[in-house]
Amino acid sequence: MSWINAVVQGLFLGGLYALFACGLSLMFGVMRIINLAHGDLAVLGAFGVWWVSSETGISPFLALLVVLPVMLALGYALQRTVLARSLRGGELTPLLTTFGLAIVLQNALLQIFSPDVRSLGPSVGSLATGSWRLADQLSIPYLGVLILAVAVTVLGGLQFVLRRTGFGREMRATAQDPDTAALVGVPAASVYARATAIAVAVAALAGTFLAIHSTFDASSGPTQLIFAFEAVVIGGLGSLWGTLAGGVVLGIAQTIGAHIDPQYSILAGHLVFLVILASPRGRFIALRRAHA
Amino acid sequence: MTTTTAPAPPGPWSVQRSSLASRIGSGSLLALAVALFAVPQILSANIVQQLTSLLIFLVLAVMWNALAGYAGLVSVGQQTFIGFGAYGTILLTQHGIQPYLAVVLASLASAVLAAALSLVVLRLRGGQFAVGTWVVAEALALFVMLDQSLGGGTGVSLQGLSGYAPEVRRAFTYWLTLAFAVLLLVALFLLLRHRTGAALQAIRDDEDAAASLGVRVRPLKFMLFVLAGFGCGAAGALTLANTLFIQPQSIFGVQWSAYMIFMVLVGGIGTFEGPILGAILFFTVQYFFADQGAWYLIGLGLTAVAFALFLPRGLWSLLHDRIHVQLLPVGYHLRRQPTAATGANPRET
Repeated sequence: MSWINAVVQGLFLGGLYALFACGLSLMFGVMRIINLAHGDLAVLGAFGVWWVSSETGISPFLALLVVLPVMLALGYALQRTVLARSLRGGELTPLLTTFGLAIVLQNALLQIFSPDVRSLGPSVGSLATGSWRLADQLSIPYLGVLILAVAVTVLGGLQFVLRRTGFGREMRATAQDPDTAALVGVPAASVYARATAIAVAVAALAGTFLAIHSTFDASSGPTQLIFAFEAVVIGGLGSLWGTLAGGVVLGIAQTIGAHIDPQYSILAGHLVFLVILASPRGRFIALRRAHA
Repeated sequence: MTTTTAPAPPGPWSVQRSSLASRIGSGSLLALAVALFAVPQILSANIVQQLTSLLIFLVLAVMWNALAGYAGLVSVGQQTFIGFGAYGTILLTQHGIQPYLAVVLASLASAVLAAALSLVVLRLRGGQFAVGTWVVAEALALFVMLDQSLGGGTGVSLQGLSGYAPEVRRAFTYWLTLAFAVLLLVALFLLLRHRTGAALQAIRDDEDAAASLGVRVRPLKFMLFVLAGFGCGAAGALTLANTLFIQPQSIFGVQWSAYMIFMVLVGGIGTFEGPILGAILFFTVQYFFADQGAWYLIGLGLTAVAFALFLPRGLWSLLHDRIHVQLLPVGYHLRRQPTAATGANPRET
């Protein structure tokens, strides 16, 4: 029974990873770049929510309503200023730029907020700790269900936007061929900026749920970037639903690893990622078109 | 150089591989390398130790440039090999092998590790490769932390060098580091001067186009990845020999990648001389500002971003574009044979 419980907890953890992964996947799909500052932007969002809620005393969920528009604007500005320029510099420049940005963000957060480990868990009350007990060793945490539901909603919403709306068609067209899209009146720069805005805001959402679910500090970003990337690759870079599946596989691998011995938790996730990369399927990962 | 309005009559062309400047440049670099071997005889042990860490940075910069500047492989996970070289040295000395021999063996083992890992990570391209190598580094660090005989998470000291007097030990470590630096620079120089050099630069500029012209992309990438694994493994092992103590969090830390990216971007990516310049600059910056903590790293990050955006070819390109100096003859230059009508009219390709 305790093994089943490990799998169930992994499923909910996977929801969190899928939420982290979908911003990364979106930017890769539309712009073909991997944003190495993704994890640090998520942590920035978490610090934003922490700051607003501790200054005003409101619930983190209300604080999120303030922080999300700010992060949308930040993502938009980031693309318009830094990333747009780096995209013109060739394939490697965005990588180097976002890595530099990650270092700057991480250390700026360290300087402003000190290296203390924080959590938003206590400020949401029983939501963070409560659960439905189904059996002796099997329980369903409230927060896990909420995170999974949010992840499914966000992924489903993005999928809907991509498939059914005019903006989604513009994104898909730009992803396939920015020059031809520009010929028919779809400016790539504007599409890129809006996609980055969405990706950064979703990252902040994921960062906030991480902060409620466990703890965070100024140097949490890189780990979250790595988990997000693993979820994307395990999911096969195929579709947003693949990303959800990848997140769930990663989450279950980690909780099963932790069930054997707590120090195997993260290692188990890395090993599943490397095994999938080394498997015959891994050969096609780099070639696969993204969801867009 | 004078420009003529009339098109120059077609004269015979010859390919020139070196010029007076590059002959002087490579000659003086060689002389400098020889002179550097004499440093421990003249300067104090403290300076010798500082120079050792400068040379380690030099090795790291040159290796990262070989990957990113020539094979188009931006790695954020070279600390895999840095840590593997260092912990390999620890493991070998624990089995009774002389530490300096262990450094060499651990570097070779890093090359073997790189060859094995290339099967997995070279499947990835661009950003995927960057994060993929990072995952490998994190996984290896976790493995090392699980092993209590390697000190677990708290770190471990290098035993077996206590028999040497401190000055002698520092001098030996310095000489070994210098030997590695010279070896790796010469190896890269020969690679670039050989026809593989042109192939590598073609891959850097456009991998698909290079492949369609018949450049065998995979073996070349494999070769550079293994070379960089060897060099970074040596750098890690030598860092251990220089400081005598390592911790998994720092030797496997991603800050190594930040340093390498900084050095190569500032110096000049894709040039032979750039990383050398970058390593010297980084060493100076670190010497004066490392105690500033977070502000120092913010400065490094901002500088790297600024260079990536505004001066992507680094400081060396400024020098190179102004005065057309190439210190090391790795390129090809077309030169018109002097004829009565035109005279010498050098053109670069």
